[in-house]
Amino acid sequence: MATMQAVSRVQPTSTIYNSQLLRFGVKALVTLFTLMILFVYLLPLGNMILVALSSQAQLSQTADDSVIPTLPVTFEYQGEQYDIYRVPTENGIRELALVDPGRRSSEFIDPANPDAGLIGWEGNWRVLEPVARVSLEWNNFAVAWDSINFPRLFTNTLIIAITGMIGTLLSCICVAYAFARFPIPGKNYLFIILIGTIILPSQVTLIPTYAFFAAIGWTNSWLPLIVPHFFANAYNVFLLRQYFMTLPRELDEAAMIDGAGPLKVLTSVIIPQSWPVIIAVSVFHFVWAWNDYFGPLIYLIGRPDLQPVSVGVQVFNFQYGPRQELVQATSMMALILPVIIFLLAQRVFMRGVVVTGVEK
Amino acid sequence: MTIAQNTSTAGVSSAQARRGERTIEQRQRVWGWVFLSPWIIGFLAFTLFPMLASLYFSFTDFRIGEPITFVGLRNWQRLFEDANTVNALGITFRFALISVPIVIGFPLLLATLLNSKVLLAKPIFRVLFYLPYMVPAVSGIFIWQSFLNGQTGWLNRLLRLVGIAEPPNWLFDPRSLTFGLVLIGLWGVGNAMLTMLASMQGVPTELYEAAEVDGATPFTKWLRITLPMISPVILYNLVLSVIGLMQYFIVPYVLSNTTRSNPETNFFNLNLYRTAFQFGEMGFASAQAWFIFIIALVLTIAIFWTSNRWVYYSGEGR
Repeated sequence: MATMQAVSRVQPTSTIYNSQLLRFGVKALVTLFTLMILFVYLLPLGNMILVALSSQAQLSQTADDSVIPTLPVTFEYQGEQYDIYRVPTENGIRELALVDPGRRSSEFIDPANPDAGLIGWEGNWRVLEPVARVSLEWNNFAVAWDSINFPRLFTNTLIIAITGMIGTLLSCICVAYAFARFPIPGKNYLFIILIGTIILPSQVTLIPTYAFFAAIGWTNSWLPLIVPHFFANAYNVFLLRQYFMTLPRELDEAAMIDGAGPLKVLTSVIIPQSWPVIIAVSVFHFVWAWNDYFGPLIYLIGRPDLQPVSVGVQVFNFQYGPRQELVQATSMMALILPVIIFLLAQRVFMRGVVVTGVEK
Repeated sequence: MTIAQNTSTAGVSSAQARRGERTIEQRQRVWGWVFLSPWIIGFLAFTLFPMLASLYFSFTDFRIGEPITFVGLRNWQRLFEDANTVNALGITFRFALISVPIVIGFPLLLATLLNSKVLLAKPIFRVLFYLPYMVPAVSGIFIWQSFLNGQTGWLNRLLRLVGIAEPPNWLFDPRSLTFGLVLIGLWGVGNAMLTMLASMQGVPTELYEAAEVDGATPFTKWLRITLPMISPVILYNLVLSVIGLMQYFIVPYVLSNTTRSNPETNFFNLNLYRTAFQFGEMGFASAQAWFIFIIALVLTIAIFWTSNRWVYYSGEGR
């Protein structure tokens, strides 16, 4: 790309028409190159969709090279089903139903005009190309939906994600408010510790936390997946604090002069101005909770009825490994909601990623 | 960088408070601690205390529901004697060496393209390149497993189409497994791409204009201006990806559960999970956890230490 840009600058004195043409060419080339990368990058999604729409029989035909799931087209003649082939004749290629296959010559019937009787054709019928039509097996989704009990997994995930989201919002807003507005001794050191927890490998706290939840009888319940979110986390506090710092203090002070306490300032001055960042944190948490696998895996191992989508899909796909069309259908069902939420909230979402990633 | 900002605002607010009554500042402080308390409690309960407890457990023989017995350094000694653990460390490091340049280089390429003046429809490209990052990890693994299938996977069909007669059986052949895992990891670069892109967009245009006056080619500008200016973000992503690889779990776990339990996917964190939750050896697993924590800490410090040489902080920082 860099060299292509260089080409466009070779002759700065050339006519405007030429340089515009060159610029357009460069744009087209760079865009085409990016499009090719994007195509390959998203190709696994295409693979997923078309496998999810194939029937078991189509996938078991290893010799079948077609990418799009198809079925042979047949024609019913005198109570029997016959496959249709493309047959080269003197009138061009015709689509005819093969009634009597033979190595030297075969008998066909014209589906458009069956009353005309059998049509003879000289040649080996095996060289003929069968006519196939696209056949999408939408039923896979229904089968997967029922056998995985998707509504239950979905409800479990929603409960875990939304209660955790409430916890993370309540706690992170309070903590970010404290960091943004209050004179706390040693605040800078506390903030460094907070940020430091981002790069702490989670294994180092895993076993005692697990042992603790086991000791108080919380394993095989949702509590270990929800309660910790009521105690704030570094990413979201950072994101909220950065936003709160940009809000003018004059409004806080005006409210305080009117007799508002710190809690009133938070609820009626800070929060109403912060909807974009609050939405970003909510979406972050929802997507994170939807994706979370390790927590549910260790805490809900004995309770399949409580498991969320992530673990449910994995367990199901482990059992149904050979049924690739169902595996891909469940994978697709599990990704649709986060992807839709992202597409709807992509502006605030990507803005939030940038704030936590660049400003630190 | 933010720390400096923080100091000044804290200074201002305490100065403002000092003008008022002393009791107001004291009350403000109390309120501050109240609002801070969720994190303080959470940090003590879910970070600091468990960290210290797992350090203690690493010197014990500990199983859930059984009395804890102190065994001194035996678990730590086992780290270097247990073949599985030693292998797991080797697998993790070898994978990190191959994977890190790619999970930094690929988003850098994408960000460069998305930042380029000559790319059309940038917002659409940005959303679509970020999209796979939104795919839940479990789904992503199954999707890639199908895509990388030696016979029917689209990747190998594509490779056969362009003339590669015998493409590798990515996830089954131990020789190509690492590259299969690297390919799966490509869907995880969304955040790195966005942060690099945002950082590139923040580079002052005067720098490029000055370089153009001096007759710099686009590649020179990229190498001498863009790259140094975004180096803090590269550093941040480098640290995060190294820490992330030390915790690499879900991909090898799901693959070894669905394809076959091959020793090549026994990454350190998967080995730790098996030690703790399949064999119930919480003490030995705690020693492994602290060991990988120390390694991650040393690597992070080493990266920051070398960063003086290659990371450029402009002015007083942003």
